[in-house]
Amino acid sequence: MGEVVVLAEQRGGEVREITLEALAAGRKLADKMGLNLAALVLGSVVEKLAEQLSEYCDTVLLTEDERLAQYNSENYQRVISHIVRERSPRVLVMGHTSLGIDLAPRLAVELGFPLITDCIDVEFLDGRLYATRQMYGGKLNARVSAREADGYILTVRPGSFHPSKAAGKGVVVRLAPPELGGEARKRVKGLVAPTESGVSIESADIIVAIGRGIGEKTNIPLAEELAKLLGGVVACSRPIVDKGWLPPDRQVGSSGKTVKPKLYMALGISGAFQHIMGMMNSQLIIAVNKDPNAPIFNIAHYGVVDDLFKIIPALIKKIKEIKGMK
Amino acid sequence: MGLSARIVAVPGLWLALDIIVCVKYVPDVSSTELKVDSSGRDIERRGLNYDINEWDDYALEAALMLRDKHGGSVTAVSIGGEEADRVLRRCLAKGADKAVRIGDTRLNVNDPFTVAKVLSAAARKMSFDLILTGVQANDDGYAITGPAIAQHLNLPHATLAKKIEIVDGRVIVNRELEGGVEEIVELDMPAVITVQSGIVELRYVSVLGIRMAMRREIKVMSLDDLGLSSEEVGEPWIRVEELYAPRVERRVEFVGGSPEEVATKIVELLKRRGLL
Ligand SMILES: Cc1cc2nc3c(=O)[nH]c(=O)nc-3n(C[C@H](O)[C@H](O)[C@H](O)COP(=O)(O)OP(=O)(O)OC[C@H]3O[C@@H](n4cnc5c(N)ncnc54)[C@H](O)[C@@H]3O)c2cc1C
Repeated sequence: MGEVVVLAEQRGGEVREITLEALAAGRKLADKMGLNLAALVLGSVVEKLAEQLSEYCDTVLLTEDERLAQYNSENYQRVISHIVRERSPRVLVMGHTSLGIDLAPRLAVELGFPLITDCIDVEFLDGRLYATRQMYGGKLNARVSAREADGYILTVRPGSFHPSKAAGKGVVVRLAPPELGGEARKRVKGLVAPTESGVSIESADIIVAIGRGIGEKTNIPLAEELAKLLGGVVACSRPIVDKGWLPPDRQVGSSGKTVKPKLYMALGISGAFQHIMGMMNSQLIIAVNKDPNAPIFNIAHYGVVDDLFKIIPALIKKIKEIKGMK
Repeated sequence: MGLSARIVAVPGLWLALDIIVCVKYVPDVSSTELKVDSSGRDIERRGLNYDINEWDDYALEAALMLRDKHGGSVTAVSIGGEEADRVLRRCLAKGADKAVRIGDTRLNVNDPFTVAKVLSAAARKMSFDLILTGVQANDDGYAITGPAIAQHLNLPHATLAKKIEIVDGRVIVNRELEGGVEEIVELDMPAVITVQSGIVELRYVSVLGIRMAMRREIKVMSLDDLGLSSEEVGEPWIRVEELYAPRVERRVEFVGGSPEEVATKIVELLKRRGLL
């Protein structure tokens, strides 16, 4: 039976946005390949979720087991590979999320299904599967093909597909879980919330954000001076937090904060997608980068191709001038 | 074979950790212009600087820290030609005990599934308690290698590690989820872990350290040494068919001129928008 199966992700009993996006990617392939679109829902008590998802696809495959209450790759892998062996879907789609990154490669090797990760577009052409994805920090796009196989796995980049709209009513099919016993070699112990240090970049109207281009920790006061003159706060890309130069709650991006300020100044930030995810809805984006091909210019409203160590001091001087400061 | 559990769960017992770290050498592309080569499938590599993949650097650092705490050894493993030696020497200079390079021209290093197969075959030839590698590589960003190795070796794994601790012969990993939330998992050893950037601070490598490492041995292994036939690593599972500059509609308006002129224009803009 021909199917494209999308693995649903939930948070607090709600379907995550990425699942609706993955369903859109799945729908595109299913239509082209003449297959059904199915959502796979795993959890402990998730019938409501299955009902909700049935509006987005032809079939919802539902497997409930208390050992699926929280994500553990061992149990998820066992259940999914069991279902794949029973139903032989042609394509399995998941989000390129902390879950998809964890699970998809193992399933691919176990099942012998080629996997293409972090796809921003998918295509089925002349009997072969292709995906578009970014490489080299978003500087180039790649069209990647998978070798012919019984099945394929794709993970899709969050925000790359327009979320599916509810349409119609699919059927919910209950599938019994396989034997999940046996010795668990991986045990999930719980979740920890991120620590907050004080400054809330999420509520700031003006953000001066620095990236690796700032060079040294000792240069950060320069950005701080500019932020202060503008009445804003300093935020940053991940490498600045990784180096311990600023606390984690200043990081903008998929593993940090999502901000929507009136002004976002990106200084020495290349514009990797994980960063863009956290700031793309800013009202005004001004980027300073000495590389004219930096992907940050793909989303900036205004761009300056120059050395930030020339531009920031000039800006500081100018603002001081008009404020009548010396 | 290194898969026998050498770790005994007796509290307080001294246990040494043998750790394999898989490292990749990647071109530094952050501020250089990239060109597609004549094949249309790869970048023009001439003139690029190569370095250790940022995430693997953190994996190495985490491995060194664990070894320094618990004793044992760190072996850095890379696949590639002699150009990969530079990165392995850097690992030795930082404190790795051994370096192994799998150099075989029959290998397609651009296919993460081939890479995972080869690295797991290499691991089978060694004794180890942990395999560490980066979450992903700067260049292709697939994030496939680590968990794929775990599957080949049938070992438990954890991805996106922000913290790794050994407690009573088991390994506790804080996994980074979206938005900075962390998930704590406990794994039996041996295990495979992919390391997220920022897990520990990176140490500085001195020029002297690098120079000293020039004299150290890098063990070179071929597919035959690993007991792999060229058929087994023949056809890539996935391959790049075309590489091209993203066709995006830029809305950006570039502001040019001297720094003073740029500053004046930006200040005008901010004033117009009521931001100054
Ligand atoms: C699972 C996962 C989650 C992640 N989450 C996040 C996240 O939440 N937030 C985040 O930011 N990243 C995140 N990343 C990392 C992300 O992929 C990039 O590595 C990171 O965003 C790069 O930061 P950067 O732009 O500061 O550095 P780089 O990419 O190194 O760019 C530096 C830029 O500075 C420019 N530059 C250098 N010197 C100067 C100068 N003097 N003047 C002007 N310009 C200069 C260069 O041209 C370059 O474009 C994540 C990665 C993974 C795998």
